[in-house]
Amino acid sequence: MWEYTDKVQHHFLNPQNVGELENADGTGDVGSLACGDALKLTLKIDENEIITDAKFKTFGCASAIASSSVLTEMVIGMSVEEASKVTNEDIANALGGLPKEKMHCSVMGREALEAAIADYRGMILPMAEGEVVCECFGVTDLEVIRAINESNLRSVEEITNFTKAGGGCGKCEDKLREILRKTVGEKVEAAATGTKTRKMTALQKIKKIEEVLEREIKPGLRKDGGDLELIDVDGDFVTVSLRGACKSCKKSQTTIKEYVEKKLRELVLDTLIVEEEE
Amino acid sequence: MAETNDKIVYMDNNATTKVAPEVVDAMLPYLKELYGNPSSMHTFGGQVGQAVVEARSKIADLLGAQPEEITFTSCGTESDSTAILSALRTFPEKRHVVTTRVEHPAVKSLCENLETLTGHKYKVTRLKVDEEGMVDMAEYEAALTDDTAIVSVMWANNETGNIYPVEKMATMARARGILFHTDAVQAVGKIPINLKELDIDFLSLSGHKLHAPKGIGVLYVKRGTLFVPFLTGGHQESGRRGGTENVASIVGLGRACELAAEKMDEENTKVKKLRDRLEKELLSRIPNSRLNGHKTARLPNTTNISFEYVEGEAILLHMNRYNICASSGSACTSGSLEPSHVLRAMGVPFTAAHGSIRFSLSIYNTDEEVDYIVEKMPAIIESLRKMSPFWKGN
Repeated sequence: MWEYTDKVQHHFLNPQNVGELENADGTGDVGSLACGDALKLTLKIDENEIITDAKFKTFGCASAIASSSVLTEMVIGMSVEEASKVTNEDIANALGGLPKEKMHCSVMGREALEAAIADYRGMILPMAEGEVVCECFGVTDLEVIRAINESNLRSVEEITNFTKAGGGCGKCEDKLREILRKTVGEKVEAAATGTKTRKMTALQKIKKIEEVLEREIKPGLRKDGGDLELIDVDGDFVTVSLRGACKSCKKSQTTIKEYVEKKLRELVLDTLIVEEEE
Repeated sequence: MAETNDKIVYMDNNATTKVAPEVVDAMLPYLKELYGNPSSMHTFGGQVGQAVVEARSKIADLLGAQPEEITFTSCGTESDSTAILSALRTFPEKRHVVTTRVEHPAVKSLCENLETLTGHKYKVTRLKVDEEGMVDMAEYEAALTDDTAIVSVMWANNETGNIYPVEKMATMARARGILFHTDAVQAVGKIPINLKELDIDFLSLSGHKLHAPKGIGVLYVKRGTLFVPFLTGGHQESGRRGGTENVASIVGLGRACELAAEKMDEENTKVKKLRDRLEKELLSRIPNSRLNGHKTARLPNTTNISFEYVEGEAILLHMNRYNICASSGSACTSGSLEPSHVLRAMGVPFTAAHGSIRFSLSIYNTDEEVDYIVEKMPAIIESLRKMSPFWKGN
């Protein structure tokens, strides 16, 4: 049996905002029966572009249902602009994390939200315009590239966990490997160039780390009753101490590596190594 | 996630079974005071060796085999691999294996590895199945060639319970000089088996599917069949499988086989009656539900039902709240992304394949448990369907 957090179990057993809004201002319909999960998200948006209501209908497993439920709770009250910035990591974090094999459920939530906002704005989703690389699950190259960049993916297995691409017949694995090689190569190149042009002093690095912790990381942890304190920065080694609910959480190592380290690498320096104070 | 502390309603016996109390009693002395090595020369080890001899005999009796045809292994998977690899080593000039598209992963994965990890040195023919999950005997006959080293066809399917005509298939293979293996892990103890009269060369069984513990298996090798060991080492098992015997489990399996022989009628009457009632009630009370598998050529304990437009893992987790244990062919339960290869091979549409639930009963199940499941399931399915974007109601 999967190890689901209490929050996933709660949202699965007590899903919020189930249903379909009549005369919705934006509708996002993603997934399919063949894929094994599908989500229909409907939004009501007022004249100030505030999402006043959201409802979902989901065909899928506990993670898919929980991701949909928590997504509706998150976006009600947000402006469309704010909602457009919600990532799949935000959805997974709001649930206290998902098993890595189930991350695609949070991606489905984000995709439905994007589709609903695009529908509201009368736009076509750019992701749908890519070339389909995984025939089994209809995943485009643009979706794969985006997942690699956003979630720092480094293997075909990780791509499958996040996008489902490659999870069917497996014939697209070579294509996925090639996309991964190219995308990661470009990232490394860009990072190398970026590092050269903005080589940071130790003080600049510490300040940047503190800024990202305050702006990007701590608010997410506080939502779950936790917190974090920066203890030391020694070269690329960043030592932190978890506080509140995060300290006693069984998944504290996942929080450190999958959330804090990923964010710091993405927004400060991609060579940083985050460790918890012993 | 369970909501009550009531007793567990266990209908997942094709996954594993309760160890019978009689089996535990038989094993205990060999976990406590009788700890000698059966290969030792002293009397202390000798009496343990005698217990292994007796267990071997009991297992042979259930299968209609001779004791010397029984080799102990660690599990069904080891038995399957040993049989197939032995055949390929016996006939190194032959490079072809015939099997089906609905085999257990123990055989399915081995066959895939034989193709890919050996650089396609071996060719595997996987027989198609029809919508009820049965093979076409004409296709089978056509698949047998001079290059075929072994046929491996399961006796009964773990997901649907379908029983395959292995007796006839073995005879057809024998006529072509081809070895025949059957993965009988789900069949042994549930339906009568008499290997004496059959052309089956290898048969695999696993203890934990018939109320013995996990970690003990058997490979039957017909007398006279050429054999190459998979595990070499000491002289245990007449040189057929090295490694000190798992004595307590062997004794337990012997007792479990004895019990299975005694309770075979109960399996085919009481268990079948319970299964049939459960199946009929669920199919009639829950709209858009369908049976996966053959209506009659099926194990007495298994029913596989799809509830359309809902997903299996979600169903199982709701069942778990009521302490009901079963399995699903849904991809989401396994970490795979494709639903059961068995259901897909049968052409079960996606609308149904994702929402399949397998109930597998045993002699320990009761009428009250069937009533309980029949009472809980309709509301579980209804609540999930209300959430499904594909469900349009009746």
